[in-house]
Amino acid sequence: MKRVHHVKAPYRLLFAALLFAAQGHAEAQARAQPQAIPQTAPYVPIPGGVFASVIASDAGADDVKVDDFQLRSTPVTVAEFYAFVERHPQWRPGNAPTVFVDTASYLPEWKLQAVLDAAEAMRPVTQVSWFAARAYCEHENARLPTWTEWEYVAAADTTRRDARGDALWRAGILSWTTRPASAGAPAVGGAANVYGVRDMHGLVWEWVDDFNALLVDADSRSGDDADRLKFCGAGAINLKGRQNYATLMRVALLSSLRAVDSTASLGFRCARSLVSSK
Amino acid sequence: MKTLSRWGRAAAVLAAVLSAGAPPAAALQTAVQVAPLPRDSIYQLAVNLTDQQGRRLALGDLRGAPVIVSMFYTSCQFVCPLLIDAIQATEQKLTPAQRERVNVLLLSFDPAHDTVAALRKTADERHLDDTRWSLTRTDSASVRKVAALLDIQYRALRNGEFNHSTVLLLLDADGRIVARTSDISKADPVFLKAVRSAADGAARRPLRR
Repeated sequence: MKRVHHVKAPYRLLFAALLFAAQGHAEAQARAQPQAIPQTAPYVPIPGGVFASVIASDAGADDVKVDDFQLRSTPVTVAEFYAFVERHPQWRPGNAPTVFVDTASYLPEWKLQAVLDAAEAMRPVTQVSWFAARAYCEHENARLPTWTEWEYVAAADTTRRDARGDALWRAGILSWTTRPASAGAPAVGGAANVYGVRDMHGLVWEWVDDFNALLVDADSRSGDDADRLKFCGAGAINLKGRQNYATLMRVALLSSLRAVDSTASLGFRCARSLVSSK
Repeated sequence: MKTLSRWGRAAAVLAAVLSAGAPPAAALQTAVQVAPLPRDSIYQLAVNLTDQQGRRLALGDLRGAPVIVSMFYTSCQFVCPLLIDAIQATEQKLTPAQRERVNVLLLSFDPAHDTVAALRKTADERHLDDTRWSLTRTDSASVRKVAALLDIQYRALRNGEFNHSTVLLLLDADGRIVARTSDISKADPVFLKAVRSAADGAARRPLRR
């Protein structure tokens, strides 16, 4: 133990420099926002690009532009979310406003972070509403990714930015959807894709910021007959790339959700814009 | 200890001076706190809006009277005018006393184009009563939140238009969603009934104070 204190001089210098840099960084962060950003999973830089989304954009244009951004390398875990709830008791089940969470399905097994066992602590958190997911991301000085950002990163495999043309890869990402939900999600930390992002496939469905922009179909949730004027403008969006079934399933799922909903297989991760919005 | 207590005294004196300087009206306002918002009130969401008169208001400032709520954008050619028509048709079926007690909130999907001037123009063109109608804008992240809260879907198109679900909602005086219709071809009778009963149960509370 004592050894630790006898750091060699050059290292000591480096250490001091690092400490100084870290301090400056921390001060900058403290200035930027009152609460320190908790230590969590790293955010990975995603270089932007032009991308063919499964959602056909209007006016015949096929490609969407994705700006540079950062994506959280792993989905938010049970331990991370529960630590957030402990610091922000307004998100505890029983406290959270029912306009933000569906009380029947929001964190039904919530307990103190300290009593989580190691296996469940590392699982992706599920049963969180869009509002709760968003609040968590704000707490990491981040936001939810947009659908396009999510889809852009999810197209990558370990070596290629866009592996979607590969039938074998498509079959692989589709296979997890057949795993029974009762089996429970494994821990986060699967293989990293070409960007260094993990678990885009194979673990959970994930919230996106603009889930309510996916106007896939005549809204079948409200159950009334007034469909005629339901959507202004061009109406429902068209889906492309029908061979990419696993991605289309995500669109279908997200488009069916209300912001208060939560399910046992729906989690989230966060993203950060590079240019801070004013 | 001594320095500490000296500091303590100084702080106490400072606090006394500060509180003495505070206007008594403000102190009174803090003292007379209203009941906490119900957990199912959409006024739980902190959102800052700006209306057609350039006034800033929080969503929760609408508390106290029933409100008909919808989302729109001023350059919309087809559905949004019908949306306003449907609200007006509903209002026309109310008694003058009922009408006085219901406010209207429209929030724009399009903060990039719907400036205060654009909102003002629509309010004037449609002869909307400024004392009861608020045509509002907010930042784009808040638009997404409010739409999520109201379960309204929308999507910006490249040509500047928006796809969106067309819905009228009715909030009670505490901001709870009590009725909802997507039938904007007329005054939806079920929705109208809900508006009438909300108005009958409410006290007159104009938007402008």
